[in-house]
Parts: sequence; C-alpha cells; structure tokens
Amino acid sequence: MDELLQEFIAETRETLEALAGEIVAWEADPADRARLDAIFRFVHTVKGSCGFLDLPRLARLSHAAEDVLAAVRDGKRTPDRPLVNAVLAVVDRIGELVEAIDQQVSLDSSGEDLLIAALAEGREVVVQAPAKVAPRSASRSVRLSVDLLDRMMSGMSDMVLARNELARRVRDENPDPALEAALERLSSTVADMRDTVTRTRMQKIDALFSALPRMVRDTAASVGKSVSVVVEGSEVELDREMIEVMRDPLVHIIRNAIDHGIEAPAARRAAGKRENGRLSVSARQAGNQIIVEIIDDGAGIDTDRLVARAIAAGIRDERSLRALSPRQQLDLIFEPGLSSKDEVTEVSGRGVGMDVVRAAIEQIGGRIELDSVRGRGLRIAINVPLTLSIIPTIVVGVGPQRFAIPRQAIEEIVSEEGAAIRIDHVGSAVLATVRDRRLPLVALDRTLGLTSPREAARMLVIVGIGVGSFVVAVDSVHDTEELVIKPAAPAIMACGLFAGQTLPDNGRPMLMLDCAGIAADAGLNFVRETVVTDDAAVDEVPRVQALLFRDLDDAVRAVPLSVVDRVEASAVDRVGVSGGTQRLVVDGAIIPLIAQGPMPEASVNVVRLTDGATMVGYAIAEPLDIVDLPEGIVPSQGGGLVQGVVLVDDRPVELLDPFWLFAAEGRPAVQAVTHAPVIAIGTDPWIRNFVAPMLTQAGYTVVEAADGRSDAIRLTQDSEGEGSAIRLRATAQGAGEGIYRYDRGAILNAIEDRMMAIGGVR
Amino acid sequence: MNQGLFLIAHLAGRTIAIGSDQVESVVDIGTITPVPRVPPLVLGLAALRSRVVTVIDTRVALDLPRDTPATRAVIIQVDGHHYAMLVDALDDVSAFALHPLANGVPLDAAWRTIATGIVERDGEPVIAVDLSSLVPTLALAA
Repeated sequence: MDELLQEFIAETRETLEALAGEIVAWEADPADRARLDAIFRFVHTVKGSCGFLDLPRLARLSHAAEDVLAAVRDGKRTPDRPLVNAVLAVVDRIGELVEAIDQQVSLDSSGEDLLIAALAEGREVVVQAPAKVAPRSASRSVRLSVDLLDRMMSGMSDMVLARNELARRVRDENPDPALEAALERLSSTVADMRDTVTRTRMQKIDALFSALPRMVRDTAASVGKSVSVVVEGSEVELDREMIEVMRDPLVHIIRNAIDHGIEAPAARRAAGKRENGRLSVSARQAGNQIIVEIIDDGAGIDTDRLVARAIAAGIRDERSLRALSPRQQLDLIFEPGLSSKDEVTEVSGRGVGMDVVRAAIEQIGGRIELDSVRGRGLRIAINVPLTLSIIPTIVVGVGPQRFAIPRQAIEEIVSEEGAAIRIDHVGSAVLATVRDRRLPLVALDRTLGLTSPREAARMLVIVGIGVGSFVVAVDSVHDTEELVIKPAAPAIMACGLFAGQTLPDNGRPMLMLDCAGIAADAGLNFVRETVVTDDAAVDEVPRVQALLFRDLDDAVRAVPLSVVDRVEASAVDRVGVSGGTQRLVVDGAIIPLIAQGPMPEASVNVVRLTDGATMVGYAIAEPLDIVDLPEGIVPSQGGGLVQGVVLVDDRPVELLDPFWLFAAEGRPAVQAVTHAPVIAIGTDPWIRNFVAPMLTQAGYTVVEAADGRSDAIRLTQDSEGEGSAIRLRATAQGAGEGIYRYDRGAILNAIEDRMMAIGGVR
Repeated sequence: MNQGLFLIAHLAGRTIAIGSDQVESVVDIGTITPVPRVPPLVLGLAALRSRVVTVIDTRVALDLPRDTPATRAVIIQVDGHHYAMLVDALDDVSAFALHPLANGVPLDAAWRTIATGIVERDGEPVIAVDLSSLVPTLALAA
C-alpha cells in the first residue's frame, strides 16, 4: 500500500508540474477545450486514485472539481472567472495536500468547505493563503520512462550476447584458470544483472490486485452493499507498462460491478440470492495471452435498457438497434456517453466510461469481452498480449531447427515408444492414445514443411489450447528457457503458426509456436465448451479422479490422482529399513515408503505421492487404470490407511486416505517444528555432549539457561539440584532417584510428562 | 527537383540508389535461421546484436536470378519491425538530384512498386528505390 501511495504522490506531482502551464493557459482562455480536458483528466485521475488509496479529503475535493468541470464540458456552465479561480484553488489545494501526505504532516482542513462552496454557481472565489508546507522531502522512488527501461533491456541483451561470444572464444583458446575465473565472475554478474533489469520491467499483477479487497470493501460500503471478493493469480507477471495501463480500467470495471452490477441486499434476497454479492478477480496466462477476468454475480447488463438509452442518446435509430444480436447490443456499453445506470454517484463516474476502458485496453493490443446473463451476473475478460512478457518455454527441435512452446500450454511430454502410448492412422488422420486419452496428433515437421531424418523415437508433446488438447510430435525436446517474446514481422505472423520471436542466450533467433494456430492449421475442430457462468461452475461437484492399482497384497486399491506425483519402477535394493519404517531413496532424497505386503524380488513399482511439500512412496504391484470415482464412498470404520470403499465397474475398491498417509508418514522434520519447548541443560559437559544432540533430534530446543522461561524444563546430573529439574544418574541400578542417563526412552518420557504437567504444546 | 543523400548499392548486376533516410545501418548478416511456411522472399531471421531482424531476399522479391545469397544487408525499419534487405555490394553515400521516372522506362511490376525516380551518377542513370515497399505487409503475405 505504501508503495502505491508513493507512486500516487510521484504521479500527481508530475502531472501537476506538467499541468502548471495548462492552468495558466486555461486561465487566459477559459473556452479552450483542450486545456479544460487536461485539467478534467487530472482531477478525474486523482479522484480515481483516492478511492483506491482511501484519501477522503482529496476525493471530496477532486469529486467536486470534476462535477463542475463536467458541467462545463457538457455546456451546462460557462467557465467564467470565478469558476476558473475556484477550480484552480482546488487544484492548488490538491497539490498542497499531496505534499503534506508525502511529508506525513497534517494540514488544516477548515478551508476546504469554502473551496468547494466556491465552485457553486454565482459565487465569488475565496482567496486563501496557501498553507505553509515545509520544502519538499526527497523522494524514495524514481519514475522512469519505459523508453529508458527498453534501452536498458536491449543493452543488457547485447551484453549477454557479448559475454556468450567471449565465453565461446575463451573456451576455444584453452585459457589459464585465472582468466577463466574472471570470466566466470563476469558471467554470474551479468546473469544477476539481467535478472534485475528484466525485473524492472516485469511486475507481479499483485501490484494491481493487492489494493482490490480494500477498495471493494470501501466501495461496497459507500453504496450500502456487502460484497466479498476473491482474488486469484496474483503471481502472474506482466509488463509494468501494461499493469499501469490496466490499473484505471480495472478500477473502473470493479466499481461498475459493485455500483451497477451487484444489487442491493434487499433486491438480492428477493431474487433468491445470497445477500453478499460475490466478485471474483483473477489473472492467468493462456498461451500468449494474459487473461484478467472480473466476474460478479449481480444483475448482469440490462440490454433492453441499454438499447433504450442508446436510442435516447441518438446513437443509432431504433430499428437498427433492435435488429442487433444480443451480443452486439451488449457491446453498446462501449459506446461513448452510455451508462446503464441513470444517476451519477461518487463511485462510478460519468463520461469516462467503458469506452475509455476499451480504448485503454486496445491501446496495448488487448481486447475485452463481455458475457452477461440477466439476473445471474457479468463476466468481463480482458485479454492482453504477452508482448515483452517473459514466458517460460520448452524448446523442441525438428531436425536441426528449434522452436519454443509456452510451458503453460504443455500438459505432458511422453516418448512415442512409451509403454502406454499407441499411434494409429485413422483414415487420413493420426490419433495418439496416451493412457486413456485419445488425442489427434499433429506432426510438427509436416506442419512446418520441414523434412527431418527420423533417427530416434519422436517425442509427443501434449498441449492444451483451452477448447481441447492435442499431440504435437517433435523430433527432440531440449530444455526449458525463460524467454522474452516479441512479435515477429507481419509476413511471419501471417502464417498463423507463430506467436512471436525471441533471441535466446545462444544468439540464434528462435520462433515461438502458437499452439492454437497449429491446431487450426491442422484442421482440428474442437467443439467449444458452452460458457458456464461462475455460479454453475461452483455448484458443480467435480468428479475426483483416482489411480487404480493392484497392491502388493493383491487387493485392488485406488488413490486420488491429485496427490499422485508419478509411478515409477524402483530397484528393491533402494529400499531400506531405518528406525522401524521402510524408506526409499529417490533423487538423492530419502522418503518414507509404505508397503502392504512382501516386496517383490528385483524391482518394485512405487507410486510417489505428494502434498506439494512432503513426499511419500507407496509400493504397489502394478498400476491398472485411471478412473473417475463415483460420488458415493462408503467410509471405513475407525479411519486409518483406507478412507472407504467405492464401486469401480461394480467391484468394490478400497480408496486410500491421503490425509492419513501424510499425517502418519510425512517427514518427522515437519513434526519437529510444531513443538519446540525449551530444555535447559546447564553447563554440564556430559549432558551437552551426550543428551543435547538426542534432544535436538527429537525436536526440542536446547539452551544453557532457562532465562526465566516458565515452560523450560531443566536437566541435571547434580543430585542436589533444584526440585523441578529432571535428574539423571550415572548408574543403571542402585541408589538415588532420577533416571539412568543412558535410558533414552525414560528421559524422553520424563520430558514428555513434564511437558504435560506444564501444559505444554503437546 | 529534389536533392538528397542516396546510398548506392548493387543487386544482381544492377545499380540502385537507396534514399539514405530509410537506411538505419549497413551490416554483414551472419547465420540465418530459416522460417517455415512463409513467402520465399522471407529468408529467415538473423540476430543483429540483441535485435532479431527479418531477412528479405531482395532478388526473390524483384524476380532477379538467384545465385549465392548475398551477406551484405541494409537495415530498414517498417512499422516497428527491422528488416535486413540483402544486397550484393555497397558503394558510398552521396548527394544526388532525384528526377522523376521518364515515361519511357518499361519496368515490370515489382520494380514499379519500389521505384521512386532516377538519379544520375557520372552520366549513368540509376534507379532510386524505396526498399520498404518490398517488405511484405500482412495483406500481401496472407
């Protein structure tokens, strides 16, 4: 929020500076429309940002000035001297307030009512001495022109290429290690630098989204509604410039949704909806586009009213308007000067409407789509291109040539010769069957008209393009690379197969494939899924998919697919037993392994299960199938490994309980942090050397002195020690109270007991 | 009569004068990455420092005989995209007066689209061209 405020201050300051000339000119010639517009835009922007940043005084001032200027623009008022003076006084006051905010000093608000009153018709301006504000403080943020960033970025790319060239040459020359070390250092500096420079342009869309919950709350409260907002996809990265361009449109759309879309609580009740309006704002990357969606569950757009207003405004004659398709009628919302709501509120503006929103989006090569369902809500999707965005890609090869495919589009990559893969010629088409999915196959070499000698098995890249998935067969899959994609020349884009061009680190230009274009080129027709409104999507219970397998004890069991990372064969000698549990070595890590029966001899199939953080292995005899689980699960008695029994193909199948698996077998390290009571061991060297490591391993924090912590437990070997301490003795049997110091279990038990007594964490 | 600076270049035995205001730079093109499924005059992509340029084979564009592709190129910019227009050789830049094309010069279609006039260089008439007209636009390529 602080950053936003800084940005607002910097921006307002900058605009004010630029505006100074306009203001003087307007004063000289109040009829000058261009100057008037410039000042109007300024107060409008300030008003918008104020709602965002919760600056009520600035909001009030700018709203008042905007009202008057709007009246002048509509010709309802003439810009006479008192009006000009009053507006300028307000603009000055805005400047003073902004400086005051920056210096975090408070400014007396008494004069503001007078300033606003002076805006009314027929009033003389009240001359006010400017408030005393200390000289401007040094700014902590710098605003840079995007042009400069562009130059920095292109300079950086040059530098990377030069470094690569240098590295190649140095490698060829067989250099001395000192030179190599210097080059190495240069390389890593350049790499760091590049990340930084790249980041100067990229910004998480969070910069746009973070202020939304507050704004929604305040806006809703100001119109007497209650709206809950869900924000998703904040981590999507976008070009900074695009974020800036999208800021105002997004604010506008959200305000519209709250003010016009979502009904008042009473109306919602009457319509059988929850009183709480719902608003969902999300961002995601789809192919070479970023899609920002704003969905509300309000009343939707009343197209009849929209048409009526369009007729009233004389945009077109009634007959042609009535003849429009519903979608075209909906698009009337983008006509300048049309709003579906009659009154003007502080929340959503006038004049500056959806037409401006659309213009702003189109300016950055984006597009805006509406889906309105009367009485159910409105979905607005803003698609902006990824131009200049960094895209994670996978580089594939056809013959000697390389192409990038956006990683986002790739569902899976398998080898043509994989066990669960078949490829069939069906008439003129080729179908690939990957496990239980049958997908059309497009050979990239054929599509691109390249001939490639078939040496090894092709790789099948399964890509999803939203409406469906298909397989792209390529010769090789190289590596993943994060690339800056720029649009290619029109002659290249015209073939529709490429989404842009890029210059990877090797200095050889590369094209990024447009998967949707490839599908269209290959004549793949996917039936577009019908648009499902948000409400319906939420109410629908998604079918749970599960992996069906034969367990080691020959029973058929299933485990929800969402926790399955992969199934792989593992040599039995990688399974070890430690601490009473079976463990499996995978990828250099040790994970717990669950086995329900005797291990087979040489190799065992292991299902790797993951909850995102922890991994657990489950040994099985063989995987059978992937099935949709029916809804009815008969829960098992008493819990444990099996959560219940489901019917699959009329056979009962035990369904494993992932919750239990991870709770019981998850790494103990996770457990350790949850209880870290302090054990004070004093300065006894034996305890320190022998007991402390054991305690640390068991998850306790070991310190020397209790330092007044009441929940600390003390250990001592001193038989005369304090009464509350756990005493250890040196002999197994015999005299004295306390615990034999090598009795690990007893020591831990004693600590445990104390913990209970203190009411500790456990 | 317009006086202007022209870059004199050679292309398949013909001399052409390129208005220097179109020319961004003159370079040697290195490795060209071919681009599938594009008109033949688009030879491919090349890296020019950190920039990717689209290489246009001017011989194909002008229906001239093709032998070994040239490696010298004139970089021009059209609609924000950079193109490398291949030429065989380059002379110098000098000032010439641009005359309108005489009626009696029978040019074929490709040349007609790029010709902007004639300059006289030591008594030799040289055709002045606008290279950007050779760049395929979206409408042409589609």
